[in-house]
Amino acid sequence: MSPTPLDELFEAAAAGNRRAMGKLLTMVEQPGGAASEVSERAHRQAGHARVIGITGAPGAGKSTITGRLAAASGAERPAVLAIDPSSPLTGGAVLGDRVRMDNHIGSSSFIRSMATRGHAGGLAVAVPDAVRVLDAVGCDPVLVETAGVGQVEVSIAAAADTTMVVVTPGWGDAVQANKAGLLEVADVFAVNKADRPDARGARRDLELMLDLGPEGDWRPPVVLTIATENEGIEALWVEIERHTAHLRESGALGRRRGLRLRNEVVDRIELGLRGRVLQIIDSEAGSKALGRVERREVSPGSAAEALLASSNPQHPEES
Amino acid sequence: MAETMSGIPLDPFYSDGLRPGDYPYTRGLHPTGYRGKLWTMRMFAGFGTAADTNARFHALLRAGGTGLSTAFDMPTLMGRDSDYEWSEGEVGRAGVAVDTLADMEDLFAGIELDKVTTSMTINGPAAILMAMYVVVAEKNGVSRADLGGTIQNDILKEYQAQKEYIFPPRPSVRLITDLIRFTTAEMPRWHPVSISGYHIREAGATAAQELAFTLANGFAYVEAAVDAGLHVDDFAPRLSFFFNAHSDFFEEVGKFRAARRIWATWLKERYGAENPKSLMCRFHTQTAGASLTAQQPENNIARVAIQALSAVLGGTQSLHTDSYDEALALPTEKAARIALRTQQILAHETGAASVADPLGGAHFVEWITDEMVRQAEEIFARIDQLGNGSMLEGVYAGIEDGSFAGEIADAAYRYEREVNAGRRIIVGVNEFTEGDGGESSLLSIGHDTEELQLKRLEQVRSRRDDKAVRASLAALVQAAEQPDINLMAPIIDAVRAYATEGEIVAALESVFGTYVENAVV
Amino acid sequence: MSGISSCPAPAHPHEAPIRVVLAKLGLDGHDRGLKVVARTLRDAGIEVIYLGLRQTTDSIVAACEQEDADVIGLSMHNAGHLTLAPRMVKAARDAALDVPVVIGGIVPAEDVATLISAGVAAVLGPGASAAQVVSTVKAAALQAAGR
Ligand code: B12
Ligand SMILES: Nc1nc2c(ncn2[C@@H]2O[C@H](COP(=O)(O)OP(=O)(O)OP(=O)(O)O)[C@@H](O)[C@H]2O)c(=O)[nH]1
Ligand SMILES: [Mg+2]
Repeated sequence: MSPTPLDELFEAAAAGNRRAMGKLLTMVEQPGGAASEVSERAHRQAGHARVIGITGAPGAGKSTITGRLAAASGAERPAVLAIDPSSPLTGGAVLGDRVRMDNHIGSSSFIRSMATRGHAGGLAVAVPDAVRVLDAVGCDPVLVETAGVGQVEVSIAAAADTTMVVVTPGWGDAVQANKAGLLEVADVFAVNKADRPDARGARRDLELMLDLGPEGDWRPPVVLTIATENEGIEALWVEIERHTAHLRESGALGRRRGLRLRNEVVDRIELGLRGRVLQIIDSEAGSKALGRVERREVSPGSAAEALLASSNPQHPEES
Repeated sequence: MAETMSGIPLDPFYSDGLRPGDYPYTRGLHPTGYRGKLWTMRMFAGFGTAADTNARFHALLRAGGTGLSTAFDMPTLMGRDSDYEWSEGEVGRAGVAVDTLADMEDLFAGIELDKVTTSMTINGPAAILMAMYVVVAEKNGVSRADLGGTIQNDILKEYQAQKEYIFPPRPSVRLITDLIRFTTAEMPRWHPVSISGYHIREAGATAAQELAFTLANGFAYVEAAVDAGLHVDDFAPRLSFFFNAHSDFFEEVGKFRAARRIWATWLKERYGAENPKSLMCRFHTQTAGASLTAQQPENNIARVAIQALSAVLGGTQSLHTDSYDEALALPTEKAARIALRTQQILAHETGAASVADPLGGAHFVEWITDEMVRQAEEIFARIDQLGNGSMLEGVYAGIEDGSFAGEIADAAYRYEREVNAGRRIIVGVNEFTEGDGGESSLLSIGHDTEELQLKRLEQVRSRRDDKAVRASLAALVQAAEQPDINLMAPIIDAVRAYATEGEIVAALESVFGTYVENAVV
Repeated sequence: MSGISSCPAPAHPHEAPIRVVLAKLGLDGHDRGLKVVARTLRDAGIEVIYLGLRQTTDSIVAACEQEDADVIGLSMHNAGHLTLAPRMVKAARDAALDVPVVIGGIVPAEDVATLISAGVAAVLGPGASAAQVVSTVKAAALQAAGR
């Protein structure tokens, strides 16, 4: 059998061809088309890369740190996925992370900017597949920078092996609302902009919070960094590696990844079900039932139950 | 004794209270307005090789221009030599190319440097060009003490608006204060900084932002120079400003009047200046290039005339009027002449120069002046807070966090949206569009300029004493490593040895680093 | 590299947003127009990878490859266009990138034909409306997708 175009694309990407990598990422970003085929293939080859999530408030220095980390990792083929928000009104986006890391990331790295395309939570729908592709073609580590969307995004934790939260002096005010969530997801903290007054105070506050937090076998380390000066980045990378090692040794890595895949399947089911739900409500029976609800003949609850029952041929007796 | 066209005699000013020349100078710096001295008609020019621009200078002086103003090309402005990889295509295109002292000698050949005043629009590498000018004068037997003019040397607005930075902000400000200390000691007739709002406005800022960011930068330089050991009254009298004259006539007049009032009060009250000259905001003005259109370019002559009038009635000390072909290319000689003639018409035919602050006292003009002050003070308060009580630190912080650039970009986009939606009418662009056409001839600078310049550079490099160059650069690096040494002397030495601008910049970069901006869209 | 140019085309080439790389090449620092264009395109549903000032042909080519951009948008104001624009077109071709180059800024009318024959896809100038900016970029992207 002669190689298909997709074979060639994967082969080229695995050999480090950036255009091929770029094309594959576009494919997984586009609904329909070849996305599922690409994902299918990538999944079989993936599972080797360390996936590191980087989150934090807007402007905390995520991109600068990410670029520096890619360089500090000393890896042969580090890759970055940098997520920025799409405009909810027009769907367009200005993706500005790339320039923040371009200057110091080193020429062996690969950077891809992604827009959230309507997805909430600071990630794009295609992130898991994009990570999968980069992993499959041999990139390691894969660094995922979330969109800075006003609060620390916790959904990254479900997509990464190691989640790093970037805060800055005075961070407490910025993430007030979500301190608990923050503690829960962070595996490593960077207190960036340590050249500013009171970075030590910020570290102290974090340590205090960690003291009060849940006891576990991993206490998130707190590293002071000045990303612009490349200070503290080595130390940060050491902590990330230490976390990876910890995950491996404790067996948590497998569990995390298992959970991640489970979540992804759950997400996909939900997505599929959502389609089914819309089918039901748009069907003749659906609009009839809706009419009865509007005329106040039945309640929304019993209408839904009835619709579910009649649309679930496999287990009719169960409802 | 001035009178109207019909013979009515006129006082130098009219007043029932605050008079022109009274602190805080809202109504102007002098009670006699332009009667004692007209504004300087200073036309910005530069293109091609030094010899090309030298010819344009002579033409401008023959046509009655009263000062020179030098536009440099992009490589020169960025501190790169003409043979630098990314200079290709930019050499001599948007200004004159200067690589070494030899080019500066050509540029000012036959011009009496102790008679004319010269302005040089250069910032990142200002100290180097200043050094070249001083050495050229010296070679022509003119003492540096007799040199009059201005060097823009305003680095802060480069990070905010014009983007001709080389080193990071702090070492760049050191170069600025070194130059201020140097001219304060040795060049009493020189203006070492022209604190410029022009570029901020052209990048898209509103009038109030232009006013506030510019004056904030001015306060920052005052603080930096005081930190460097000078007394405010030693140098403040030599500071000058550079504003934009845009199309909203009364807003512009209010802005100019507000600038004088703010500067005077801040210098006196916050910085303790006592010399009245320290309190006086002297400024150059240029009409708004970004208001000029490529469509129906002749209409620009009318725009420029009205903008120029706002500057004159606002009390500017000198003025550049843009050419009608602004949005097409560098001006042709004819277009530049019409622009100069526009100023001459204002000065000699309209009576605009007869009475100082003739708009003062009009309810609207006084109100919009107050409003400009109010809006600017709001912005100062924010910057001051950002800097924890230091305007210098506040400006650094605003540069670092991108807030200046971001606010300017916001304003620029708002303007563009208004035009697109038809809420703002631009004649010939989104309304009254019939009648475009009629190609005018444009100034075009060919590739041969580049070749000439490269040859010239080659020649200088081959003739100079390389050992002397290397020694002077090594000395410069050593001096740069010590924050207290004034770098003007070692830069003058390097220039004299015919070190190129790029070599001097590279030496400084080895100590100071290179600035890369964090773009804010 | 035949595999890449002949890879399966997505079912609806531009159902997903168009992706544009915006940059200033070389030393020219006029970025007001580029920023306006970035926001204009964003507001028309386009994804803009903003590189900004002081880019080189290498950095632009690298970004295009990794970002799989549909269009390169450059803004040129300092009369270097006759040198710089062809340099960009050539760099893209040398990298076997089939990405159209669109230019805006100050380009005298008489130079437009020269640039087009040098391989530039379109040239816009001062006063271009938002609608023109968007339609020019979209047309370039569509044309390239159709090749
Ligand atoms: C604003 C301006 C400045 C500002 C720039 C601020 C900034 N950060 O951008 C300041 C004052 C700093 C400045 C400085 C200089 N300037 Co200037 N400047 C202008 C001016 C007046 C307007 C440009 C502008 O921003 N217009 C508004 C924007 C929105 O319009 P635009 O850029 O044309 O963009 C529109 C279209 O062109 C198009 N477009 C643009 N880019 C793109 C990209 C894509 C992909 C697409 C689809 C469309 C598109 O869409 C936009 C919306 O309509 C022009 C003259 C003019 N009226 O055009 C001179 C002009 C460009 N400048 C000129 C010069 C010489 C300089 C200097 C070199 C002067 C000097 N020697 O010191 C310096 C160099 C600055 C630098 N760092 O490069 C010359 C260039 C000469 C030439 N080409 O032959 C001009 C033409 C003026 C002149 N006639 O002399 N300048
Ligand atoms: N002083 C200081 N500034 C820093 C440091 N790290 C980053 N910055 C600056 O902070 C700004 C934002 O940095 P980015 O890396 O873009 O931050 P980000 O979190 O990725 O921002 P978004 O993606 O927009 O949310 C830039 O101006 C950086 O130069 C630091 O350690 N110290
Ligand atoms: Mg970022």
